[in-house]
Amino acid sequence: MITETTSGNRGLLQHEPLIFETGHATGTGVDLPEPKGAQSKLGGLTRKAALDLPGLSEPETMRHFVRLSQKNYAIDLGLFPLGSCTMKHNPRLNERVARFDGFADLHPLQPTSTIQGALELMDELARWLMELTGMPAVALSPKAGAHGEFCGMLAIKAALEARGEADKRKRVLVPHSAHGTNPATAVAAGFVVDEIEGDEDGRVDLADVTAKLGPDVAAIMITNPNTCGLFERDVKAIADAVHEAGAYFYCDGANYNAIVGKVRPGDLGVDAMHINLHKTFSTPHGGGGPGAGPTVLSAALAPYAPVPHIVKHSWTAGVLAGEARVAALPVAGETPAVQEYSLREHTEGTQAFGRMCAFHGQMGMFTRALTYMLSHGADGLRQVAEDAVLNANYLLARLKPHFNAPFGGPKNEHWPCMHEVLLDDSSIKPKGVETIDMAKALLDDGYHPFTTYFPLVVHGAMLIEPTETEPKRELDRFADVMIGLAERVNAGDVEFFKQAPKLAPTRRLDDTRAARQPKLRWRRGANDAPAAKHAAE
Amino acid sequence: MYSLALESPLMTTRYTKDHEWVRLDGDIATIGISNYAAEQLGDVVYAELPAVGKSFKQGDDMAVVESAKTASDVYAPISGEIVETNAEIANENWQIINDAPQGEGWFVKLRASNKAEFDALMSESAYADYVKGL
Amino acid sequence: MRYLPLTDVDRQQMLALIGAKSVDDLFIDVPKGALLKDLVDLPRAQGEIEVHRHMQRLAEKNTPAGRTAFFLGAGAYRHHVPASVDHLIQRSEFLTTYTPYQPEIAQGTLQALYEFQSQVAMLLDMEVANASMYDGSTACAEAAMMAARVTKRKKIVFSGGVHPHYVETSRTACEALGLEIVALPAAIDDEAAVIKHLGADVAAIIVQSPNVFGTVTDLTKIGEAVHGAGALMVATFTECVSFGLIEPAGAMGADIVCGEGQSIGNALNFGGPYVGLFAVKEKYIRQMPGRVAGETVDADGKRGFVLTLSTREQHIRREKATSNICTNSGLCQLAWTIHMTLLGEKGLRQLATLNHEKAIALADALGKVPGVEVLTRRFFNEIAIKLSKPAQEVVDRLARQGVIAGVAMSRLNPNAGMDDVLITSATEMNTEDDIAAYAKGLKEVLA
Repeated sequence: MITETTSGNRGLLQHEPLIFETGHATGTGVDLPEPKGAQSKLGGLTRKAALDLPGLSEPETMRHFVRLSQKNYAIDLGLFPLGSCTMKHNPRLNERVARFDGFADLHPLQPTSTIQGALELMDELARWLMELTGMPAVALSPKAGAHGEFCGMLAIKAALEARGEADKRKRVLVPHSAHGTNPATAVAAGFVVDEIEGDEDGRVDLADVTAKLGPDVAAIMITNPNTCGLFERDVKAIADAVHEAGAYFYCDGANYNAIVGKVRPGDLGVDAMHINLHKTFSTPHGGGGPGAGPTVLSAALAPYAPVPHIVKHSWTAGVLAGEARVAALPVAGETPAVQEYSLREHTEGTQAFGRMCAFHGQMGMFTRALTYMLSHGADGLRQVAEDAVLNANYLLARLKPHFNAPFGGPKNEHWPCMHEVLLDDSSIKPKGVETIDMAKALLDDGYHPFTTYFPLVVHGAMLIEPTETEPKRELDRFADVMIGLAERVNAGDVEFFKQAPKLAPTRRLDDTRAARQPKLRWRRGANDAPAAKHAAE
Repeated sequence: MYSLALESPLMTTRYTKDHEWVRLDGDIATIGISNYAAEQLGDVVYAELPAVGKSFKQGDDMAVVESAKTASDVYAPISGEIVETNAEIANENWQIINDAPQGEGWFVKLRASNKAEFDALMSESAYADYVKGL
Repeated sequence: MRYLPLTDVDRQQMLALIGAKSVDDLFIDVPKGALLKDLVDLPRAQGEIEVHRHMQRLAEKNTPAGRTAFFLGAGAYRHHVPASVDHLIQRSEFLTTYTPYQPEIAQGTLQALYEFQSQVAMLLDMEVANASMYDGSTACAEAAMMAARVTKRKKIVFSGGVHPHYVETSRTACEALGLEIVALPAAIDDEAAVIKHLGADVAAIIVQSPNVFGTVTDLTKIGEAVHGAGALMVATFTECVSFGLIEPAGAMGADIVCGEGQSIGNALNFGGPYVGLFAVKEKYIRQMPGRVAGETVDADGKRGFVLTLSTREQHIRREKATSNICTNSGLCQLAWTIHMTLLGEKGLRQLATLNHEKAIALADALGKVPGVEVLTRRFFNEIAIKLSKPAQEVVDRLARQGVIAGVAMSRLNPNAGMDDVLITSATEMNTEDDIAAYAKGLKEVLA
């Protein structure tokens, strides 16, 4: 029972109006020197259009955003079980390091003599990524995972063009279980998507792959471990078949957390793989971004890596030589007396397929990720994968008696998952409860829901990834709540689920109305849509 | 024994596996999405219809219908040329698709180029069985 | 290990419940030989003390902008960011939260998004803005591809004033889709040259104001010609503070306005992460890439916000999506919103005016140096100057004196035939002493 208060606020949960409703165009929270006035070199192009942006003093601004923040769930609050998102703890040392003046107050186009540390950092990060994945090259510039996928697919396209086969090979094989970015990226790169079937075990059907391979296939895009949380057993056979057919193997690295330090994608025959620094390497999710998607490349694809390239020079016998970092790792035993870094920023004279973005990439994410890597080390990173897989399997063991986990192995009894657990709705739907209802009920218990309705290969998917930074106590707490909800479903309390959530900052929100009557911004004087009730009224 | 309710060819609705329905009147076919499809979709928030005059082969992408959380492709159940689109939908009355998907919520009318394609589609009862199995 | 809470006792108990003897049993599906027995050849774990020292050593090999007389822009600008911005974005509930797919417990993120979208639309004088893109360059590429979708045409024409990185980024993305990119030769002040290239196959022309040389242009007539030819006008920018003082492209007929938002709320960060701003006319919202938040009500009729129009996006439309984008710039977008809230119209106009005045002072001081010609006639806070020596050489020599003079155009575009052109900018962070040091140093170098 929730009793309405006078204000509509609920204890620490405050109703918070929009800044346009509380601020005004003459308010401001920044004190700047007074302009001297008069002269203008704008050529008459002074702004005539209204601005009307509200300003708030610093105390008001702090309050506004702090009140807003209290309506958000966060990793720092509790388990955030989203599958394939890898919601691990965001170390605060990373935040401190990212903010060193020597990193944050650096312009990308400063003369290279003034940014040697930055280039060395990128080189060091590259070495970690290449060593961990067993791949000889890495493109650091992609700004997000999907951007990295695009980078990998463009490298593949460039390799095909170099072989004179780009016109012939236009088909890309993508599993039905793939994340939506995979087919979207393939199309963005100019390919056509052909779906591969999954088998009864939740894995890619090798027979379907070999059946669909042909001289017109450019590449296959596989996620490994896959989006059902399972390791693709046939990955080597798939890689071999794909290479035999003259095509390339793109690996979606979103689930790399399950195998980091334990398995090297390079050993599995991967040609290109993007790595989500905001997943495996703990850079913050920030409410939706920024991400970073450096993409490791095989020797076959390395020549096509986009600019900029970091060039590491070494003095040998008094002569400065240049050696592109995109080539193989330096020969062991060679220690140049002085190292100097420079940037190759244009494609002329290279086989680079182009440029992914302005400047060099997400430096703010590089500093954080390298700090994370140094903190964990080779031993810590291996432990990360082991604990991530252990945590997921523990949850699976606790939840299996109460929910249906459709995949595993031949016996489906004690067969492991990797770092995430996939459940379907077959245990709840017959009782009138949908996956979305389970998710909303979880909110009242103080949890962000698991990923819903993805992957598409099962009905009403619930995908749960705990990550390695969850203590056992938190896993048990979550499992207890899930089991309690399952018992509620069995007891037939459908209304409970349909009415959820009751205790979250808002009740269930009307998606349909938002899409039918899109209201994407505030406008002065616009009539509000009917029946929008504010606590203040 | 013959069924008492003899279906007139003018009244027959046939269905596809992708949940489109077709009613043929002479050589003009009225097409929409089935009750089942509309129910699965939930509240429609948008639909995109093809232009009048455009021709489709059976199975081509013909239209799109969206709810807040899903987008479904609507395929041409039979080949032909679009002769009319539903003005209600063009005027963004999406609700009509949920209220009467097999009636006033029709999507397009097309001039069938191959009536044999229509005959090969599922009958009402065959479709009902098909849906039960999903 | 400080970030890994499981104890050995925990691990044993968990394995027991699972029914596995060791953790490697859980990796049973990994092919033989692929499961590494040894650690990879990288350093072992280190504590905060050592890691901090290591990273500090790297940072100290760089010269932060603040330690120099700093006059470099060309796509990223050094501005003051109020202390409270960084403080707020580090709150757990903003830093460690996810994309707001479950809106009931993400109203903080969603309301801030709605406010951001509104602020961007108002700043650019456009009808609708999205929740941000990765950066200005990829926003520009997406705008080109959107124009191709809307018009169903295949040719994109870039003016000679668009930042070369933006042109190259757009070229890489657009050519993959089979679109044709025409990039006009670099030109200090000729956005209108695009008009000569209009035709039935042109989807969009892309102009920039202020452009890479700092030139501010009235785009109205260009817009009219473009629309007359059935194409879209895309106006891009790299310095969003400029719209506190100059007419935004939305008021000059642009169909899509997109560019870099880094100047507000975000440090230079050596090139990223930044925040791309993207705004369109309302009639095009279904073709707009990226995510977008919208207003709605909850089951009690109370106002709330949700991500909407999601069916354009990759997680639903897959290969038919408007774009493959999966993230916006989250925290950078929030920083932008907070800073813009602190500024308000009054603060933004003041900030913009200060920038303009500093740039005028810079232009005056440099213009007096022998061997220098100021090329940009109408500017906001950035100018192009012609030197009597190659610009790259001048930049390098001045750097050794602690003056970051700008960027040589030849570095951005080696084929522009502008080896003697230097692009330089001033912001509210520059002092009179900075300007004097620059002018003095430049005089010596050119002598």
